[in-house]
Amino acid sequence: MFQTVALSGSRGERLLFSNVSVTVKPGTLLAVVGENGSGKTSFLRMLCGLLSPDCGAILWQGKDIRQLKELYCAQLTYVGHLNGIKDDLTPVENLKVSASLAGDESSGTIVQKALEAVGLGRPVHLLPTRILSQGQKRRVALARLWLSTRPLWLLDEPFASLDAAATSYLTQRLQSHLSNGGMVVVATHQEIALPADSVQHLRLTR
Amino acid sequence: MSQPSLSEALRGVVRRDLLLAMRHRSDVAMSVFFVVIVASLFPLGVGPESAVLRMIGPGVLWVTALLACLLSLGRLFTADHLDGVLEQTVLIPQPLAVLVVGKVFAHWVISGLPVVLLSPLLGLQFGLGGDTLAVLTLSLLLGTPTLSMIGAIGAALTLGLRGSGLLVALLVLPLFVPVLIFGAGAVTSSLAGIGSEANLSLLGACFMLSLAFAPWATAVALRIALE
Repeated sequence: MFQTVALSGSRGERLLFSNVSVTVKPGTLLAVVGENGSGKTSFLRMLCGLLSPDCGAILWQGKDIRQLKELYCAQLTYVGHLNGIKDDLTPVENLKVSASLAGDESSGTIVQKALEAVGLGRPVHLLPTRILSQGQKRRVALARLWLSTRPLWLLDEPFASLDAAATSYLTQRLQSHLSNGGMVVVATHQEIALPADSVQHLRLTR
Repeated sequence: MSQPSLSEALRGVVRRDLLLAMRHRSDVAMSVFFVVIVASLFPLGVGPESAVLRMIGPGVLWVTALLACLLSLGRLFTADHLDGVLEQTVLIPQPLAVLVVGKVFAHWVISGLPVVLLSPLLGLQFGLGGDTLAVLTLSLLLGTPTLSMIGAIGAALTLGLRGSGLLVALLVLPLFVPVLIFGAGAVTSSLAGIGSEANLSLLGACFMLSLAFAPWATAVALRIALE
């Protein structure tokens, strides 16, 4: 179980959100919504432990993530606003490196299967990522989710610049993660086509 | 649930950086050419008098190596910061300080090691010979990793700032001074016929000290830069 307790965050002088308490149970997805600049990205970075909250705490299985540190990092997969891929490496190389750094299986066939699962065909696998389109780069970044075996996924605008096909692949992947007892936190503007009982919304307001 | 072992994570970081360097061979070649050209300018400018060249040689070669390291510091974290790889690196469930050592090692292999390997040739231009060349190479072998380690702190502290290149130089150059003194001192004392062991030991001590503190300080600075 994943919880935030009376979480407040600000950037500089500006208060973004305050007193946010939510609980994410296994098998559920938390959709963080709010207008541009309402602090969705900051909220997600805070959940990763990249930003420290002004006050409040984030609890993983009842323990503060600031005490768990690396133990907590081993539970989460974060796909941020930035793709976290290297433009000069091919999609296969990118995925192999990030999978092996996450301790996931990173053999050639598994990585190629993951790329095919997000709809990136063989011809693209050996091109430098630099020449791919925005949507294709986003798919390379998201392909990590097909390799990840970690319970908590934190996704920042995962649907941005994806086409309809890729959106449905991703939705299916989220669905299967949830049905395996995984947890997902998504910052998004879009409605996610998942059963209503597994989705809760959090609207960030000041 | 998956977690990489420490050596896996370390190897992964080093392998990615070396792979990237292979894709950017021109960057690597540039810092090597920089060293060769700067070191060759001095004999041309000062004149062919061998006594003078031998006297300034150790200092010139060491300052050149130091500047080459400084020039390549910008590449250490900037690209990772811009494309989000740094965030992912911080989230790897292993101590960040150890991963920093991996990055610094890769940086040294790309920018420091070529200088070490070239140094005997460059030393010849200054009329250094035999034992002195060996001491020069050894001192650079001990000193350049230290420079990369110290430089990493500066690079991490100035990450994401405007005009960070100049700021890095101001932050880091004073810290390079002991390494420069002991490094050039080792070569000079070997030239003078007094043993270079004392200076080399001090260089080794500098290396150990930087290995103990720099990765930790760099890791803290990187976390601050990401906030």
